[in-house]
Formats: sequence, C-alpha cells, structure tokens
Amino acid sequence: MITLEHLSKWYGSTQVLDDCSTQIEKGEVVVICGPSGSGKSTLIKCVNGLEPFQKGTISVDGISVGDPATNLPKLRSRIGMVFQSFELYPHMSVVGNICLAQLHVLKRSEDAARARALELLDRVGLRSHADRFPSTLSGGQQQRVAIARALALDPIAMLFDEPTSALDPEMINEVLDVMTELAKDGMTMVVVTHEMGFARRVADRVLFMDAGAIVEDAKTAAFFDKPVSERAARFLSKILHH
Amino acid sequence: MGAFDFNVIVKALPLLWEGMQVTLLLTALGILGGIALGIVLAVMRLSRSRLFRNLAGAYVDLLRSLPLVLLIFWFYFLVPIAVGHPVGGFYSAVIGFILFEAAYFCEIIRSGIEGVRRGQVMAGLASGLTQAQCMRFIILPQAFRAMLPVLLMQSINVFKSTSLVYVIGLRDFLTAADLIGGRDNRLTEMYLLVAVVFFVICWTASQAVGLLQRRIAP
Ligand SMILES: Nc1ncnc2c1ncn2[C@@H]1O[C@H](COP(=O)(O)OP(=O)(O)O)[C@@H](O)[C@H]1O
Ligand SMILES: [Mg+2]
Repeated sequence: MITLEHLSKWYGSTQVLDDCSTQIEKGEVVVICGPSGSGKSTLIKCVNGLEPFQKGTISVDGISVGDPATNLPKLRSRIGMVFQSFELYPHMSVVGNICLAQLHVLKRSEDAARARALELLDRVGLRSHADRFPSTLSGGQQQRVAIARALALDPIAMLFDEPTSALDPEMINEVLDVMTELAKDGMTMVVVTHEMGFARRVADRVLFMDAGAIVEDAKTAAFFDKPVSERAARFLSKILHH
Repeated sequence: MGAFDFNVIVKALPLLWEGMQVTLLLTALGILGGIALGIVLAVMRLSRSRLFRNLAGAYVDLLRSLPLVLLIFWFYFLVPIAVGHPVGGFYSAVIGFILFEAAYFCEIIRSGIEGVRRGQVMAGLASGLTQAQCMRFIILPQAFRAMLPVLLMQSINVFKSTSLVYVIGLRDFLTAADLIGGRDNRLTEMYLLVAVVFFVICWTASQAVGLLQRRIAP
C-alpha cells in the first residue's frame, strides 16, 4: 500500500534522508523508532507530501506522491495524520474540528459530518465533550479528538508522529488504547514512537532509523529478540532500561 | 466674542451632523478598504514568491514613510487626471486613506498570521485542505482573534486622521465646525465641541478595546 524506493532528501546541502526503501502492506502496523533528529518525522511527512523530496519515489495505493501531476490535497485526505502536539484548531469546538475537512474536502453535508463526528467521538470515548473547546480538554483527550478528526475522512492509512510524547505519563495509555483498537480493526498504520511496549504488542514490523537511513527493518519479534545492527541494539538497551 | 454660548452649538447641530456623517463614512470606508487591501498585501508578504514579497514589502515601506496629508493632497490632484474627470474630494480622500491605512493594516495582519503556529497549517494540509482553505478556515480566524485589539486601535487612529481632509476642503466634522465658527465668529465653542466629541468617541472606543482584550485573553 505504501512503497518507498531509494528516498533521499536534503535541506539545502544537509542530507536528512538517505536512500530509504521499505514497503508497507495493507493492514500492517509499522513502528518507526530511532534517536532524535534521525529523520523519522521527515520520513512520514514525505509519505503524504507535506515535505518535498529530491530523490527516489513514494507511492501510496498506486499513486506517486512526488509526481507533480498528483492531486496532493486529494491524496492527503485519504491518509490520516496525528501530530505530537495534537494541532487541534483552538477556535473551533471538538465537533467543529472533526467536521472541517469532512465539509470542505469531502463535501459532506453538515448533518452527515456531524453524525460521523459523534460516532467517532463515541469510539474514542469523548461523545459528551462534543461541544467543548480543545483548550478545556486534557492532553490525552485532545489527542483522542485528533485521532477522531483524522478517522473522520475514512483514511486508507494513518500516520502517527510521536502521538504520546507530549503527554503526561498517566494519559499515555488512553491514547495507546485507542491506537491499539484501531490496529485490531485492520487499519494500516505507521507510528513513530518510543513506546516500546506498544511496539511489541501491536506492531508487525519495526523500522529503526539513524542519521536519515533505515538501519533496521525487521519483524517485531526479531527486532526485540536480536537487532542486527549495533546501533539499534544500543538504542534499545538505552530505551528499555529507562 | 462674548461668553460661552450653548445656543450656538444647538443651532449648528444639523450642519455638524452632516459633517460627522462624512467623517464616519470616510472612517468606515478607510477601515474596510484598508483591511481588505491589507489582507492581500499581508498574504503577498508571506507568499513563497519573492516577487510578491518584494512588491508588497516595497509598498508598505514606501507608504509608511509618507505623511498621510501628502497622500490626500496627491490623490486630490492625481485621481482626476488618472480617471479623466473630476471625482470630488470625497472619493480621492477615500482612495488615499485606503492605500495609506492598508500599509499599516498589512503589518498588523502579517504579525497576526505569523503568530499562528506552523503545525496548524500542517494539520490542515494533512487533512486535504488546500493552502487557501487553510488560510480561510484555520489561520485567518485565529490571527484575527489575536490582532483584534490592535486592529481596533488602528481603526481609532483612522477616525482621528480623517480630520486631515480639512486640507482639501472636504466638509467633514472638523471642517464643518470650523466653517460655522468662522461664519458666526464662535470658534471657541466650535473647537471645544470638536475636541469633546473626538475625545468621547475615541476614549469610549479604547475602553471597549481594553474590555475586549480582557475578555479574549485566556
Ligand atoms: N525545516 C528544516 N530545515 C532544516 N533542517 C531541518 C528542518 N526540519 C528538520 N530538519 C533537520 O532534519 C533532521 C531530521 O529531523 P526530523 O525528521 O524532525 O527528526 P526526528 O523526527 O527523527 O527527530 C534533523 O537533523 C533536523 O535538524
Ligand atoms: Mg520528530
């Protein structure tokens, strides 16, 4: 469903992605981990064309992301994205947040959009918060709304960029639970995270990135059992013994 | 001259009201046109095109270095030449005001837009909204909320500056008062009245801005 081939990217003269290739099947859950600055965010932003890249190809559901002829807004509307800092729209209610793209991208009717929003809020356990404003919600609740907002467009895949890194520890699980449910329902997911417990339980595969390159691309069990690269092993022992 | 005479003011009210209508209309058009053009300029200043950025930047720098009075004079003489027939002091004043105020509104709007977190646009784009839709539904509403107090203060400035149309003989509030005062030899009453009216309107408006500021602050 998502294929990267020899993807490279530079900011000016600094290379931030170095010949990255991988393939993600429909229904697969892939966790990406690696040290800060290794290019994880940049990589997943390339997948939905939020960041341009200079070399290689990315295709999503058969559509080439880098092709200038591709209708990027349309492609993006089919890929959900969740950010570390939630990025809910502070001037809109929770329901307003979930309806915006439904109304203006998918051109759904007000009623249909609201119905879908409430259904999803139910699913993330926040139906009673529909008419509140984001600033009145806890971080965990905001992130669950952000997930509902992305799901409202009925995406074929979801990208998560450190969805729990900005959360207080006691709120991490409520977000991971929603994501685990989503994975069980068969959603194709790419998750940048350092939550190794989640990775172990939910991921089919783990990618380890370092200095812009995908250093390790292994089945979850194999990755945790015995990482091939020394850098991944060092990273794992550091993060697991914290 | 004699003692202060309230009757002078009462008798002058109809003419003064006519002048006030000119002042208010000029203020309203100056603000609305200035904000509309200011948005366009701000979007140009923030655009990725260097040409647009430089054009808008040069415009803002130029207009902010000229005194408004000069612009009013200029358009009073230039606009009739440009359109080929006299357009009247009012329209040339309106054009002058819009072009001048737009430069200031542009900078207010630009800093408001720049104050909106970059991630907000990312989120909008990621959901399939176009750049223009992100601007309209996500950035501008947030930016306007943040800059509303400054916009209103600038609007009060526009109101005060309208008295400059005095120089082209347009019959605004101040000019009307001046004419009546000169005619009836009652300049004291008239100038005092003008001061009181301007003070009351501007002071009330600034108080309202202060109140609003406290209400929208989190
Ligand atoms: N807009 C940018 N301009 C220049 N360099 C950037 C920009 N964004 C990220 N980088 C650099 O690209 C590298 C990868 O960043 P990022 O993808 O955010 O890493 P990660 O998400 O793994 O922490 C870092 O070295 C970072 O400094
Ligand atoms: Mg990152």
